[in-house]
Amino acid sequence: MDKIYVSHNSIVSCLGNDSQTVIQKIKDGVSGLQPVNDPKLLDQPLCTSQINIEKIPKTIRGKAKEEIFTRLEHMLLNSLGKVIQASKIELTDRVGLIISTTKGNIDVLDDDNPFPKERAYLAELGKVLKEFFGFRTHPIVLSNACVSGLLAIATAKKMILQGDFDHVFVTGGDLASKFTLSGFRAFQALSSVPCRPYDKNRSGINIGEVGTSALVTKDDTKLAREAVIILGDASCNDANHISGPSRTGEGLYRAVKLALKEAKLQPKDIDFISAHGTATQFNDEMEAIAFNRLKLQNTPLNSLKGYFGHTLGASGLLETIVGMHSLHQNTVIASMGFEEIGVSQPINIIRRTESRPMDTFLKTSSGFGGSNTAVVFKKVAE
Amino acid sequence: MMKKKYCISSYCHIRDNTISLNGKTIYTGQHSDLKSLTKSAYRHFDIDYPKFFKMDNLSRLGFLAAEILLTNEGVLPENEEDIAIVLSNRASSLDTDRKHWESIRDSHNYYPSPAIFVYTLPNICIGEISIRHKLYSENSFFIFDEFNPNHLFSYANGLLDTEKTRKVLCGWVDVDGPVYKAFLYLVGKEGPVLHSIEEITRLF
Repeated sequence: MDKIYVSHNSIVSCLGNDSQTVIQKIKDGVSGLQPVNDPKLLDQPLCTSQINIEKIPKTIRGKAKEEIFTRLEHMLLNSLGKVIQASKIELTDRVGLIISTTKGNIDVLDDDNPFPKERAYLAELGKVLKEFFGFRTHPIVLSNACVSGLLAIATAKKMILQGDFDHVFVTGGDLASKFTLSGFRAFQALSSVPCRPYDKNRSGINIGEVGTSALVTKDDTKLAREAVIILGDASCNDANHISGPSRTGEGLYRAVKLALKEAKLQPKDIDFISAHGTATQFNDEMEAIAFNRLKLQNTPLNSLKGYFGHTLGASGLLETIVGMHSLHQNTVIASMGFEEIGVSQPINIIRRTESRPMDTFLKTSSGFGGSNTAVVFKKVAE
Repeated sequence: MMKKKYCISSYCHIRDNTISLNGKTIYTGQHSDLKSLTKSAYRHFDIDYPKFFKMDNLSRLGFLAAEILLTNEGVLPENEEDIAIVLSNRASSLDTDRKHWESIRDSHNYYPSPAIFVYTLPNICIGEISIRHKLYSENSFFIFDEFNPNHLFSYANGLLDTEKTRKVLCGWVDVDGPVYKAFLYLVGKEGPVLHSIEEITRLF
């Protein structure tokens, strides 16, 4: 079977507009989460990692004076453009595009948003990206709640193995919008201070935003230095509840088990886990239970939500990219916000960012609708 | 590599106030909207699942089509069958997104509800089907500007070829204001219809 790689990548975020800058900030212990008091977003103070759209290079087509791209489109165009450029891949009919998002341009529903309401259809977002870069194939939008970003990588792998494409560009993004913030607020899940995954004193979730992209390919001449091999992937539903995770972590347990099986690895072979860790009571507890059932309780684990908040449809992709750099630089990243264990079962949370030789990592995501995805990645041998 | 062939064992349509299974009409009525159609069909088919009434229109539509199809296939929750779910549509969850939006657009009339917000993701429909039939397998929800048989065909084949699942429940479940359509089909090793792009297109 062909080896499938995740290669060139980019992160457009409030911590910087390229992966290298963002990774360095994370290693330096800088979080992008900031308190925000904006009644237009939410009727109470919140904490988020908002992108200042003025700070990302404008993507201008033609000489049009008025804005032709939405906020999210700017994020994705910038991020995807960098990856296409770095990969030097010609966009033929063998090159696919997967867009991972939960809500896309949902902000166009706002009464004062200048864009037509039709822009809220997710396929429209696909069309904008396709036309801008000149993709020859039909864009594929994946919208599977908070596992979308990680599932998009697994989907790209499947489509390459199936012979549909040789290369797939995966791009993911969501906005910290009034729409989404009001919903999480209604769930009483939002924290007004930086989130603290797995910590005893956690106070809930932060919603953040990034635009992030990566190349998935079978071509080993198209590899970035931090590229990884996708060893195994699986997705499993909890079949339990639409908005709460399974109390036994059933779907996550099954997904990790199947991903390890495909990777032909044992739990002890995993060097670290980049977990979901949203800092809600239910999520963190569910993960602790699942990882104990999997005998992964001693494997070093982090959640990156303390740096970006929960970036929704982008999160799985973003956290995979950070994991790739982490492997390449042989550096475990501290789980920001964690001090004292706040789940009922032991897990080995990474407290300090430090050097350590590493070879493999497991990335997991879980989301509404009972979805869980697990993917095992390995360093490309040097 | 010699590609394996798969088959469609049954399929179900819900459109224009009519529900059909394997091409035969099994329910038809005069309903002003989808809510009324799904409620009436729920009673007609004697379904006992009170959670149904909490669902939004997209989930009701997908749930009902899956219920009819999987019941016909003899799928029982206690067997925890290995069936993946791959759905697609055009409008994502926009029909319910607009309802949530209405509840937050005016700061003087602000009433967001978790019961509505949770349905602002298309894959909740897959979650509802998974819960009902105890399906723990792979699930994905894709959005296209129109029905994309090529993608569904290839994705289902991939799941079956790599033995990630034994069967795949595939299709299109779309609700956008007054417009709705569901077309679900089950792919596996056996069945009367060849699993091919041509057949999927013809049945749609």
